[in-house]
Amino acid sequence: MLDADHFRRWMTATAASVDREAERLTALDSPIGDADHGSNLRRGFRAVTAALEKEAPDTPGAVLVLAGRQLISTVGGASGPLYGTLLRRTGKALGDAAEVSEEQFTQALRTGVDAVMQLGGAAPGDKTMIDALVPAVDALDAGLGFGAAATAAEQGAEATTPLQARKGRASYLGERSIGHQDPGATSAALLVAGLAEAGAGTGADPV
Amino acid sequence: MSLDKPVGIVLVSHSAAVATAVAELARGLAGGGDAVPVAAAGGTEGGGVGTSAELIAAAAAAVDRGAGVALLADLGSSVLTVKALIAEGDELPEGARLVDAPFVEGAVAAVVTAATGADLDAVEAAAGEAYGYRKV
Repeated sequence: MLDADHFRRWMTATAASVDREAERLTALDSPIGDADHGSNLRRGFRAVTAALEKEAPDTPGAVLVLAGRQLISTVGGASGPLYGTLLRRTGKALGDAAEVSEEQFTQALRTGVDAVMQLGGAAPGDKTMIDALVPAVDALDAGLGFGAAATAAEQGAEATTPLQARKGRASYLGERSIGHQDPGATSAALLVAGLAEAGAGTGADPV
Repeated sequence: MSLDKPVGIVLVSHSAAVATAVAELARGLAGGGDAVPVAAAGGTEGGGVGTSAELIAAAAAAVDRGAGVALLADLGSSVLTVKALIAEGDELPEGARLVDAPFVEGAVAAVVTAATGADLDAVEAAAGEAYGYRKV
């Protein structure tokens, strides 16, 4: 079972990796975006960890709802409402249970990813964060655990390189967006990797 | 018609200068547009290019007279942030709505229509119709 601490560790681990990788995210965002993805997300996840420390929410759902709200209000780019909606919807779907099973979390995350697709209008193959998130949820759904989900997200992000962007600013570039790994898919892979870093989720976890 | 309860208009742009200038333009072209509460929510709180959920929420609260608030957004994160705030349910005034319209033309149409005392549905329709004004 996963408790509020697990979700707090998830957010802390993601904040650390976003901080570490911020320059790389911004570099990926330079040829096909507006070169602010790393700095925007760094600001957002710093706000997330600060808010979690201050308010200390005590259920998995409350941790994610608070984190999502922080991202929407502090990121300043499109990734704010997108990641914010992902976490908030996932958190809302978890309700107010003190602990949730991996299976419940997977279902909730699926709800969150669907909400992101609805908000941004993106589908798999559009060269967005969805290309990392959907394979990750599929891996969790198959009971493969957080480590396998992280690998699936990473591979999904790498697989965006040959794609032509169909959403966001990069879509204005048309064919010139081909050949660049999508920054949003790359940061989404960091988010899923944070889940693996937070521990548990071996796939053999009893539910 | 009385303007006791005019529809409020919020203009959300990546740029503070754009949002402010379009608000001014719409008010100017509306004539008597002073009766309509119009607020600009442009750029980030730090004055940079981007979108601020806080500025949007503050602007919507400032123009809310109880008849609903029409929000017009330029692109990308402006649109997504307004949508995410509306989905949240409690951060924007009741009856706040993202209006699908071209930013400049839609803003003018929205303010002109709101100045006649029209309700939110009519303001939204007028702003959306601005997509149809061909220039060539």
